[in-house]
Amino acid sequence: MDIPYTVELRRDTGLNNGKIGIWLFLASEVMLFGALFASYILIRVGAPSWPRGDTILDVPLATLNTIVLIASSVTMVMAWASLMRRRFETFRIYMGGTILLGLVFLVVKYFEYTHHLALGEFPRTNNFLAIYYTLTGLHGLHVFGGMAVNAYFWGPGAKLWKTNPVWFTNRVEHSGLFWHFVDLVWIFLFPTLYLL
Amino acid sequence: MSETTGVAPPQPHVAHEAHHEELGFWRKYIFSTDHKVIGIQYAVTGLLFLLFGFGLMMLMRWNLAYPGAALPLIGGLFGDARMPGGTMLPEFYNELGAMHGTIMVFLGVVPLAVGGFGNFVLPLQIGAPDMAFPKINMVSYWCLFLGGITMLGSFFVPGGAAQSGWTSYTPLANIAGTGQTWWLIGMIFLITSSLLGAINFITTTIQLRAKGLTFMRFPFFVWAQFVTAFLLLLAFPPLEAAGVMQLMDRVAGTSFFMPEGLVVSGQVLTNAGGGNTLLWQHLFWFLAHPEVYVLILPGMGIVAEIIANNTRKPLWGYRSMVYSLVFLGFMSFIVWAHHMFMTGMGTAMAAFFQTTTMIISIPSVVILTALIISLWGGSIRFNTPMLFALAFLPMFGIGGLTGLPLGLNITDIPLHDTYYVIAHFHYVVAPGTIFALLAGIYYWYPKATGRMMNETLGKIHFVGSFVCMNLIFMPMFIIGMAGVSRRLFDAGTAYDFAQPTMHWNVVSSWGTWALAVFQIPFIVNFFWSIRRGEKVAENPWHATTIEWSAPSPPPHGNFVAAPQAYRGPYEYSVPGAAKDFVPQYEAS
Repeated sequence: MDIPYTVELRRDTGLNNGKIGIWLFLASEVMLFGALFASYILIRVGAPSWPRGDTILDVPLATLNTIVLIASSVTMVMAWASLMRRRFETFRIYMGGTILLGLVFLVVKYFEYTHHLALGEFPRTNNFLAIYYTLTGLHGLHVFGGMAVNAYFWGPGAKLWKTNPVWFTNRVEHSGLFWHFVDLVWIFLFPTLYLL
Repeated sequence: MSETTGVAPPQPHVAHEAHHEELGFWRKYIFSTDHKVIGIQYAVTGLLFLLFGFGLMMLMRWNLAYPGAALPLIGGLFGDARMPGGTMLPEFYNELGAMHGTIMVFLGVVPLAVGGFGNFVLPLQIGAPDMAFPKINMVSYWCLFLGGITMLGSFFVPGGAAQSGWTSYTPLANIAGTGQTWWLIGMIFLITSSLLGAINFITTTIQLRAKGLTFMRFPFFVWAQFVTAFLLLLAFPPLEAAGVMQLMDRVAGTSFFMPEGLVVSGQVLTNAGGGNTLLWQHLFWFLAHPEVYVLILPGMGIVAEIIANNTRKPLWGYRSMVYSLVFLGFMSFIVWAHHMFMTGMGTAMAAFFQTTTMIISIPSVVILTALIISLWGGSIRFNTPMLFALAFLPMFGIGGLTGLPLGLNITDIPLHDTYYVIAHFHYVVAPGTIFALLAGIYYWYPKATGRMMNETLGKIHFVGSFVCMNLIFMPMFIIGMAGVSRRLFDAGTAYDFAQPTMHWNVVSSWGTWALAVFQIPFIVNFFWSIRRGEKVAENPWHATTIEWSAPSPPPHGNFVAAPQAYRGPYEYSVPGAAKDFVPQYEAS
């Protein structure tokens, strides 16, 4: 059975179902990370002393990761824009780039984690590290989830382009909204954890 | 982008009629994407968990009525680790208590009220062919199922299920046994399920409503589900965050909720410390207060539908009810710390939260008052759904009004954590919400099956349940005002001041067991009527809302022709009309 307004827009709302769905999902994600940031603030103001992030964490490496994620957001937009201009091959290149940049981010993150663990800096060591591992870990899971969805649209999901290009473009746009959100979370995480 | 194609009403897909017949048993009834099948799955799961959670309580009531006595007949079934010689150990009582709360709230009432009624009724009432995201809908049910299995499974891990109350307060929950970890994992499944469901409900309501069905033409039930979905969407993620942090505390040894130098059984814990135990309570109640409204709002929606239908009158003050509902939903996010007056969070905080709490009582009273005034001058039909709906009004009234002393800092201090609190919120949820849900089952059963439930059995069920519910909970006000703590597994046998209230526990317990007996007519009725109930056409209650224009039971895709709304939802007894109801879906 076909659900109305999956592809076409409903005139009085001006939206399709997926667009509303993804924004609602992002609203719940804002509450998730909002609660974690609020917890960070509460624990930090209650602590007698708190290390500055750059005394423990590697700022240049995180700066590199910030650039990588912002670049991946740009390629994500380009992937969607290519579909809007009906250039499927360009979409493939940009989407592939987005996935690869996500992978670079996670690999850098892996080296960061193993470096700290080797130094004996575990989540249980202190609350700074606890919140560091929890927030970046949860963010990393989001990066991985976004990559999985993007990989689906790059690979098997791309079949939809042949049968219903408008729908496919919309789905890539919605996936892109999620990807930008993940990027945005990192842009908040980076100064909070590494610089302050 | 395809340009706008106009507000094309949902088209019935005749071509697909033949297609869906090909679906096998598994895709049609188990892994179905049809909102009605999913709704029934949710409802049956919810009812089973309600029965199970009630069973846990029946065990607890034994030890409260007869502390230390061996449980006859079935006492030996629970093993020496839990009930040696048939006598309940305090640890087992704590396990039962924590799981009763968790199961009733997250696996009983919410799946039935939101998952069951929301899924089954909401798309039909707005004239939609299905939910906006049918596959996500299926995933959301199966997340609930996994969560339920996890919770049930936790009874079998070493040390048993969670014992730290449904609130899982830290640091107690941090140092509890393995069952608590299972509880957290189960909650993450349940939260995921609710989030996916909420996204689906909101999108469906906004996008798939029939042509002509503007927001102010929504039946009140649709509004109630719509607001509820927003509460679930925005209040659950903070608990998910808190759950992740508690899981980290338990599994990775972090100290989010752990103070430094905590002494447990004479041993100083070696964790890093520096955590904030109150943080858990804030995050938990940030969910759990809106959750209270998640429990009650669908019930109010159901009651509103049934009262309008059986008084044969429009709801009195529909607009003020809707505005109150939206205001209530908004306010429910800023009252949470009235659960925490006793934590020492400070008078400024308490003053703020008691003020917002007093404000939030106003919209609830507006809705309840509008429902009571709606009865005035109606020629009321006293059928089973209406009886349950009518009983909801005073029961919710008692529950709501007894909440006011708990919402004020000063009067909360002597009442906090006594049986008074249990009586208060159970009046809201048990004879309140659960009566509304039962009313809804009797009311929409003919839509789901094409047959009526038996009225005689229904009335026996109603009278018995009504009397027993009051027998159970009214004594708890007395016990609570005497100052007896709700946490005592032996009802306070050791305390002199508790002695004059002990006999009330016996009344309450026998009320509980009698209530179980009076559910038998309902269970019999529920199954018997599937095959033997009186066959009815699509609109047996002569109702006005759109779901009654679909065949009973509705086929895949719901409507024969795309419905359209021509007027408001409750056009009953319109002067000069040919019959005493003018359906929303009939052109005049």
